[in-house]
Amino acid sequence: MAIVHILSVWLIPALIVFILLYGTVKKVPTYEAFVEGGKEGIEIAFSLIPYLVGMLVSVAIFRASGALDAMMEVIEPIADAIGLPAEVVPLAALRTLSGTAALGMTTDLIATYGPDSFIGRLASTIQGSTETTLYVLTVYFGAVGVKKMGDALKVGILADILSFIVSVFIVLFVFGR
Amino acid sequence: MVNVIWVMMAVIGIVFAAANGTMDEVNKAVFESAKEAVTISIGMISILVFWLGLMAIAERAGLLDRAARLFMPLVRRLFPEIPPGHPALGYIVSNMVANMFGLGNAATPMGIKAMEQLKKLNGGRDEASRSMVTFLAINTSSITLIPATVISIRMTYGSAAPGEIIGTTIVASTISTIGAVLIDRYYYWKRTRKGRKR
Repeated sequence: MAIVHILSVWLIPALIVFILLYGTVKKVPTYEAFVEGGKEGIEIAFSLIPYLVGMLVSVAIFRASGALDAMMEVIEPIADAIGLPAEVVPLAALRTLSGTAALGMTTDLIATYGPDSFIGRLASTIQGSTETTLYVLTVYFGAVGVKKMGDALKVGILADILSFIVSVFIVLFVFGR
Repeated sequence: MVNVIWVMMAVIGIVFAAANGTMDEVNKAVFESAKEAVTISIGMISILVFWLGLMAIAERAGLLDRAARLFMPLVRRLFPEIPPGHPALGYIVSNMVANMFGLGNAATPMGIKAMEQLKKLNGGRDEASRSMVTFLAINTSSITLIPATVISIRMTYGSAAPGEIIGTTIVASTISTIGAVLIDRYYYWKRTRKGRKR
């Protein structure tokens, strides 16, 4: 899986060089465009604060009280039986419901187990590799007033489960446990 | 749904703490985690500013449009019901490309425009058309190139290689998107088969 490693190391530098040169060739005022676009990043980071505070505090109460450990004792044998790490099962469930909530959970897992641990890498991959099905369905169908969603919810949730399983396999494959 | 989970975690946690005598830990956790959440959000500014700044250059240079043109043939095959040249196709492609580059804010309005067009194609009915289900299947499992927020969190917690999950994320999201399309096709096949029996 050396190619996945190479991709991780080279993709960002390659994109930087490519975008900067392409912008220059197309006579874009690169620096000004960069500054203008960058301002949006500040807004996004600040608008994330209430979401993260809300979710992290709730997760922290659940964890510090010992309730999470108690829940893990129930989930673990089931997750073990199908070969999935129990620690990320709550994240997988939350990922389908809310992106920012899942981001809080991912942060908690990275903080607890370390970013370079198996759980940390797996949580990172799960967080990055799927969109929030419920959010997408609510926003897109809601915006145009479609009430009968047909198979959309089923397809979305099945795709999320698939994405979770694929994430476990690929992280095991590339990094090992 | 999120509301319920959010409330439940806090309430169950506090009731559990009352029963198990861990209320001191809970008190500490409330203040520490709130502080941590703010630290993380502030920490994200660095990567988000850089990445969105770079993407602004890409957009003004017409790179996103070019990428959209590149994906057009693929999108036409994914949505056989949309007539060629219909504006819905353009919106769908722009939405996919924006998602790919982690521009969620740009992706959502494009996606909503695409849905409006798809509804028109469906005669303005309030039920999901085949194309809508396909569009949302692709959207919920969208292919990610650079998971910028995740990288910034990994940086905050002192990862030795914050970007090392880019490769696994691309592979996982690509496979799950292909899977989503196949699942969508399977359900479409099931629907049409049922229709014929009647």
